[in-house]
Amino acid sequence: MAAIELRGLTKVYPGGVKALDSLDLVIPDGEFFALLGPSGCGKTTLLRTLAGLETATGGSVVIGERDVTGIQPGARDVAMVFQDYALFPHMNVTDNIAYPLRIKKVGKAERQRKAAEVGARLGLDQLMDRRPGQLSGGQQQRVALARVMATQAQAFLFDEPLSNLDARLRLEARTFLKKLQRELGVTTVFVTHDQAEALAMADRMAIMEAGHIRQIGTPAEVFQRPANTFVAAFIGSTPMNLLDAAVRGDTLEVAGCKVPVPVSAEGLLTEGERLVYGVRPEYTTYSAEPAEGSLGGRVSIVENLGASHLVTLEVNDVAVQAVVPEGDEPAVGDEGFAAPRRDRALVYRDGELVSA
Amino acid sequence: MAQATSPPEARDDAPARRYSVDAAGLGRLRAGAFVAPALALITVFLVFPALWVIYLGLMNYRLTGVEAVNPKIVGADNFIKAISDPAFWDSTWLTFQFVLGSAVIGQVVLGFSIAWMLRDRRGTLKSVVEGLVILAWILPGAVVAFLWVALLDRDSGTLNALLGIPGFPWLLDHPMLSIIIFNTWRGTAFSMMLYGAALGNVPPSHLESARLAGASGWQQLRDVVFPHIRGHILTNLLLISLWTFNDFSPFLLTAGGPDGKSEVLAVHVYKVALQGGDLGYGAAISTIILLINLVVAVFYLRLLRSKK
Repeated sequence: MAAIELRGLTKVYPGGVKALDSLDLVIPDGEFFALLGPSGCGKTTLLRTLAGLETATGGSVVIGERDVTGIQPGARDVAMVFQDYALFPHMNVTDNIAYPLRIKKVGKAERQRKAAEVGARLGLDQLMDRRPGQLSGGQQQRVALARVMATQAQAFLFDEPLSNLDARLRLEARTFLKKLQRELGVTTVFVTHDQAEALAMADRMAIMEAGHIRQIGTPAEVFQRPANTFVAAFIGSTPMNLLDAAVRGDTLEVAGCKVPVPVSAEGLLTEGERLVYGVRPEYTTYSAEPAEGSLGGRVSIVENLGASHLVTLEVNDVAVQAVVPEGDEPAVGDEGFAAPRRDRALVYRDGELVSA
Repeated sequence: MAQATSPPEARDDAPARRYSVDAAGLGRLRAGAFVAPALALITVFLVFPALWVIYLGLMNYRLTGVEAVNPKIVGADNFIKAISDPAFWDSTWLTFQFVLGSAVIGQVVLGFSIAWMLRDRRGTLKSVVEGLVILAWILPGAVVAFLWVALLDRDSGTLNALLGIPGFPWLLDHPMLSIIIFNTWRGTAFSMMLYGAALGNVPPSHLESARLAGASGWQQLRDVVFPHIRGHILTNLLLISLWTFNDFSPFLLTAGGPDGKSEVLAVHVYKVALQGGDLGYGAAISTIILLINLVVAVFYLRLLRSKK
């Protein structure tokens, strides 16, 4: 078990594509860490560079006090679960789980004992003689996890561990993975493009864009206080309202309406400045009656989210979204008012969060 | 069952069964008409000659003389003559060496090695190597034979000039080695291309998974690559074993000599039947070759069918 540290890590692919641009990152021992970002942002490259499957162009990777930058993947003492699980089709479950031990020249009896022990822990004990082709997707994933656990590596790396499961199973696996990681206490880095997955599982996460880390923080931090408009737009199951604004005294002019300056930006703005005002649909209060400091307009779309509704208001030709609890949803064409919560609204100057 | 959206008659699976037999819906007659030309060609050019060879093998048919006009059925005489003739067994043994050396070891090992080394390469090196290997394959046999005779020539050959040993008689001193290397060179392209395609189907994550476990290059081959391309290996072995077994091109280099030292079965048949004129005996040996081929094919197909 070990902490992971990246110092100025850079990866340039042949052809000049800069996948990682001088990244610094510290992942403490035992943390469940998510790398999140849109496709092509470099998150998978980062994970693969950690594993040693890609060689870093510059900078260093330190795992548990040991600089492993130039070390072969097999000697780094990390284990990885691949997106397709990479189970060997010609080996049964026991042999698959025990494979890394076999390479490390662990005796056959010891290997099988260890495989059986880990397999039983993951509920695979009835399946140990089967081939991967005879297992369901969820079972295959557990075999891949068992293989990783059997290695007793210092760190685990998961590459999109849930993306090959169907939607229902994915939720179960999410809970299961989080519980397992907590019990094992092994430093784990996982890559995902699904922000809900990252928010749900990770202790902390890094949001990446084009080879840069745009924000590192706990799920609560990145959700409530995105450090820039990229993270603000990327995180959240309903996209954050990002609206052009101008400072007018102690209010902001947004889409022709006046809203109070958010708590986080108080005293940090200059008169007449042009900014971006951000508020999540979840952090607005919707009402049919005009209210102080709210954005008023006509309801153009109502989307059902299950226990709530996402209402889109046309406020002077600007779309503003608000989440409305079930039962209170307006009809299309109604007049409505969305009042942002002052303690949750944010202001971005040149794309970066304005805060003390 | 609440979903009674279709009448119970539609649940009858008879139509589905009919589709599985006649997917194109042509009917027996029209489907037969489509297959007939191909079947006719196969019958005329493959089945009939094969049967004719078996028939000839039972006769004392000769190229010239009385038996050419008036051949008689001699039963199994030709076959008995063959299996009691040391020259036949010598040829069989040489053919075995030829197949093992040039096909199973030479072409497969070399073809796989080239494919493995080039698997992650792009650009000029790969194109040049592949181009050269494939060139050896697509050149006409007569041209290739001339090139090799020029290469191995005793007094003015390229190889002797390169090695600085003029006068070394490669084709006389090492006839089998010469034709084995010649055939390896000639046929490697097929194996290389087949393995190149096969290696492209090995999931990279499986190799990476093995690498992360600390597997060496050989262990990766043993545990990931070979199990994945097992079918390709067997198919490749089947094809090139049969091709090499029946290959006549060694004749172009050594003419079976010196003194029968490179007389593989294909050459042996040619010498017996066409140079010696003993068509009946040659046909009998051809029938035996056919049987050996059949055994080889069945052996590989069995391996291929037995899943792991």
